[in-house]
Amino acid sequence: MFFVLLLSFSKIGVFTFGGGYAMIPLIERELIDRRHWIEKERFLELLTLAQSAPGPIALNTAVFVGYHMDRYKGAVAAVLGVILPSFVILLLIAIFFTGIKDNPVVEAVFKGMRPAVVSLIAAPVFHLAHGMGMYRIGLAVLVAAAVWRLGVSPIVMIILGALGGIAWTIYKSHKTSGK
Amino acid sequence: MIYLQLFYVYLKIGFFGFGGGYAMLSLIQNEVVVRNAWITNQQFADIVAISQMTPGPIALNSATYIGYTVTGNVWGSAIATLAVSLPSLTLMLLLTRFYMKLHDNKYVAGAMFGMQPAVIGLIAAAALLLLTPETFIDYKSWIIFGACFIASLRKVNPILLIVLSGVAGFFLYY
Repeated sequence: MFFVLLLSFSKIGVFTFGGGYAMIPLIERELIDRRHWIEKERFLELLTLAQSAPGPIALNTAVFVGYHMDRYKGAVAAVLGVILPSFVILLLIAIFFTGIKDNPVVEAVFKGMRPAVVSLIAAPVFHLAHGMGMYRIGLAVLVAAAVWRLGVSPIVMIILGALGGIAWTIYKSHKTSGK
Repeated sequence: MIYLQLFYVYLKIGFFGFGGGYAMLSLIQNEVVVRNAWITNQQFADIVAISQMTPGPIALNSATYIGYTVTGNVWGSAIATLAVSLPSLTLMLLLTRFYMKLHDNKYVAGAMFGMQPAVIGLIAAAALLLLTPETFIDYKSWIIFGACFIASLRKVNPILLIVLSGVAGFFLYY
């Protein structure tokens, strides 16, 4: 079981380009359709949890599927499976890239890729903000400005967001119970 | 000492990394570029580019890469990778057991609701922090940026965009 899980998740890990969300269709094919390890409803339910918990979504998903299969041993096997491919690949790149990064061809290629990276990060902001109220978009702008211009730690913003959300919930429930 | 620091920094990144890959970027950048100055902003952009083209979550990829760069050996990579995975492993195990209770808790829902704008703001900040003269060297950079921005709004595959912009870079700058 340990090695089957490890292997299955390495396979998913090798083909997960671009992070957690890209992993979902792969998991569906490998674990739900092919191996019938977990029911689809249960998977989707736990996926929401994986998205709201901290940490990479791919890892969180591996933990709950692994745990579902074989308790703690399963969780460890699945996590190792996700980690290993990216660990080996990035280690090789780190070792070799330091040697070639001053090569003029490599330097030119990266000069082209850097602005593309920025656009790839910026584009989802507009997708995510779509459908949010003006008030919440304003808050997002304030967070961005605080981190970008004032150098406030993102950790502080995450904690403030969580506390603000809880305070808002308390305020709302007081208002409704007062009526 | 550097190993301990790596462990602590990546544990923090794993623990406070809400909202997935892009939202974690500003957190990673804040820790490794701004606070600890382990790598430059430009190197950070390169890691993100490499990360887009290789499999695996950006948080794990950056842990492996930076762990190696900072210490010059495999142990740095292993320690940073372990540290960034630990919060996921422990928290998710706890959460899967108490999921049903948490799911219906209105304060948990409230905290999630409040974190949403913060997460979006953090993604925007990650992009803005990379808008430096080192990444945008001339007007051609802005053309690449604009073209990729429009293409990714139209859901063109990000790997394709990175590869194409690399090819463009070769012809424009070599």
